[in-house]
Amino acid sequence: MSNVATAIAPAAPPVHRAGPADNTSFAVEFADIGRSFAAKPQHNSQPGSQRGAAARPVLRDVSLTVQPGEVLAILGTSGCGKSTLLRIAGGLDEPSTGSIRIDGSPLNGIDARCAVGFQEPRLLPWRTIAANVALGLPHRIGRAAGNARVAALLELVGLTSFADHRPRAVSGGMAQRASLARALARNPGVLLLDEPFGALDALTRLKMQDLLLDVHAAAPTTILLVTHDVDEALQLADRIILLGADDDADDMAGGRTGATIVQELTVPGGRPRDRGSAELAELRGRLLAGLGIDRHGQARGVAATTTIPHFPY
Amino acid sequence: MTQTPIAAPATPGTAHTARPARRAAWTSRRGPVILGGALLPLAILLVWQLSITLGLVSVTQLPSPAMVLLAAVDLSERGLLTLYVAISTQRVLIGFAIGASLGVAAGALVGLSRSANVLLAPTLGAIRAVPSLAWVPLLLLWLGFGEQPKITLVAIGAFFPVYTTVSLALRHVDQQLVEAGRAFGLGGIRLFTAVQLPAVIPSVISGLRLALVQAWLFLVAAELLGASMGLGFLLSESGGNGRIDRIILAIVLLAVIGKITDAVVGIFEKWANKKWA
Ligand SMILES: Nc1ncnc2c1ncn2[C@@H]1O[C@H](COP(=O)(O)OP(=O)(O)O)[C@@H](O)[C@H]1O
Ligand SMILES: [Mg+2]
Repeated sequence: MSNVATAIAPAAPPVHRAGPADNTSFAVEFADIGRSFAAKPQHNSQPGSQRGAAARPVLRDVSLTVQPGEVLAILGTSGCGKSTLLRIAGGLDEPSTGSIRIDGSPLNGIDARCAVGFQEPRLLPWRTIAANVALGLPHRIGRAAGNARVAALLELVGLTSFADHRPRAVSGGMAQRASLARALARNPGVLLLDEPFGALDALTRLKMQDLLLDVHAAAPTTILLVTHDVDEALQLADRIILLGADDDADDMAGGRTGATIVQELTVPGGRPRDRGSAELAELRGRLLAGLGIDRHGQARGVAATTTIPHFPY
Repeated sequence: MTQTPIAAPATPGTAHTARPARRAAWTSRRGPVILGGALLPLAILLVWQLSITLGLVSVTQLPSPAMVLLAAVDLSERGLLTLYVAISTQRVLIGFAIGASLGVAAGALVGLSRSANVLLAPTLGAIRAVPSLAWVPLLLLWLGFGEQPKITLVAIGAFFPVYTTVSLALRHVDQQLVEAGRAFGLGGIRLFTAVQLPAVIPSVISGLRLALVQAWLFLVAAELLGASMGLGFLLSESGGNGRIDRIILAIVLLAVIGKITDAVVGIFEKWANKKWA
C-alpha cells in the first residue's frame, strides 16, 4: 500500500500526457430523470390481485447539472436508486422518463466519454492485472501508446509489481485499484464510481480516497461518486446530493413514489479536507439526519457524568 | 499412514515445518496413480486366465488372453489390424472435428441470442433424443456405404455434448463481467472473444471431452450396420462367424483407444483450466 503514496507524491502525473484529448471533463445534465422497474412477480400473492402489476418507480424527477471537473457525491440509503442513477448516466440502463446530456449532447447508450468503476472490481479472472487495465483503453489507441498508458496507470495506483498477477492473486484493495486504473485508462471525461471503496477495510478506504483525490488533481475529470458513506462524500465531493423520498419520512428508500433529490449541499473548502473539521461535522449531522440516522447531537452539551460515571462510583 | 508426521518429536519448530515437508498423498503422485489405475485391469486379466486354467469356463465361451493376443497377431499379419484401427480413428477424428465445431457454433448462437434459443433449442433438443442407431438406416440410404454416413453419424454424436455444454455455459456467464465489458465499449464479436468465450472455455473443453466419448459410441453404431472396415465391422463380422476372440480383441481395442484419446483431451483440459479459470 505504501507505494501508492510514493507513486503519486512526485507530482508529475504520468496519466495525462498519454493522449491528445487530455484534461477534458464534461458537464452532465440530468433532466427530469425517472426510472421504473416492472414489479417483481409475487409468487405468494393472491390470485387475481394485480397481475402484471404497475411498474414500481425507483427514481423520479431527478434534475441536476454537474459542472465539468466537479466531484459530485450521490448519497442515499441502500436500495434508493443510487446505482440506478449512475447506470443511467453510464448508458448501462435507460431512464423511463427524462433525458441525459453529456457535454451538451444527448447520451445514447454506452458512451466512450464515460468510464465506470463498479462496486465490485469486476476484473476478468483469466487476464493479468495489466491486461485488465488495458481493457479500459480507448479502441483507437495504438499498441505502444496503450502499453505506455497501462504502465503509467499501474504506476499511479501502485500496482506495477503486480502487473503480471492474476486478479485472484491480489488483495481486494489491489483489485479495486486495478478497477480504478481500468476506468482511468479511457481518459474519461466523466468518471462514474459506484461505491468504489465500499467493500474495503477502513484504512484502505482512506488511502483509496486520497488516491482518487490525487487522480482528480492530476486530471480534473468530472466525477460522479455514489457512496453510502457520509464522511467519504464530505472528504471527496464539491457537492453532495441526497437521494430519498421527500414526502414521506417513513419511506426513506422511496419505495412507493420513487426517490428524488431531497438535499443538495455544497461542501465548503478546498481538498484535501481536514477529516475532523467542525464545519464538516455540522454538514455530517445534516446528511445523517437526511439518511434517517439519529445524530445523537444533544449529548454533546450535556455533562458526561450522566452517561459515564466517574471513578468512585 | 497420514498420521506419521504428527508422531514426530514435538519441538515447536518442527511441528510447524512438518506440514509442507509432509509427503503428498499417494493419490496425487504420478507413479502410484498410473500403477493404481492399472491394478484392476491386471486383476481382471488374472481372473480371466485363472478361470480358464481352472476349467471354470470353456474356451469356446471365453477364449484365453493368449488366444485373443494370437487373434491380434493374426489380424495384424494380414494387415487388417492397423487398417481397422486407423480407419476407425480417422472416422472419429473427422466426425468429431465437424460435430464439435458445429456444436460450438450452435451452442454460441443459442446461448447468446434469446431468439435463436426460442427458435432452435426445442428442435435440437428433440433431435438429441433420437438414439444413435435410429439414424443408421436413413444415413445409409441417403449417403450410401462410403465414408460420409459414418462420419455424419459420428458428427451427430459429437455435436450434442458440445452444443449443450456451450449453450448452457454461455447462459451462466457472470453478467457483472459482461456488463463491465459492455461498459468499456465491447459489443458483439469483440465482447464474445474478450469476455464470454474465455469465461466458458473450461466448460467447452469438458463438453469436447464428452463429445469424444460419444463420437466413439456413435462410430461403432455406424460400423456395426454398414461397413467393410473398422473396429465396428470387426465386431459385427466376428459376431456372424462366432470369433469370440476377435470380439474381445475389438472391445479391448475400443477401450484402450478411447481411453488414450480421452487422456489427450484431459491433458489439454488441465492446461486450459490453468490458463483460463
Ligand atoms: N434491473 C432491475 N430490475 C428490477 N428492479 C431493479 C433493477 N435494478 C434495480 N432495481 C431496484 O431498484 C431499486 C434501487 O436499486 P439500486 O439503484 O441498486 O439501489 P442502491 O441505491 O442501493 O444502489 C432497488 O429496489 C432494486 O431492487
Ligand atoms: Mg448500489
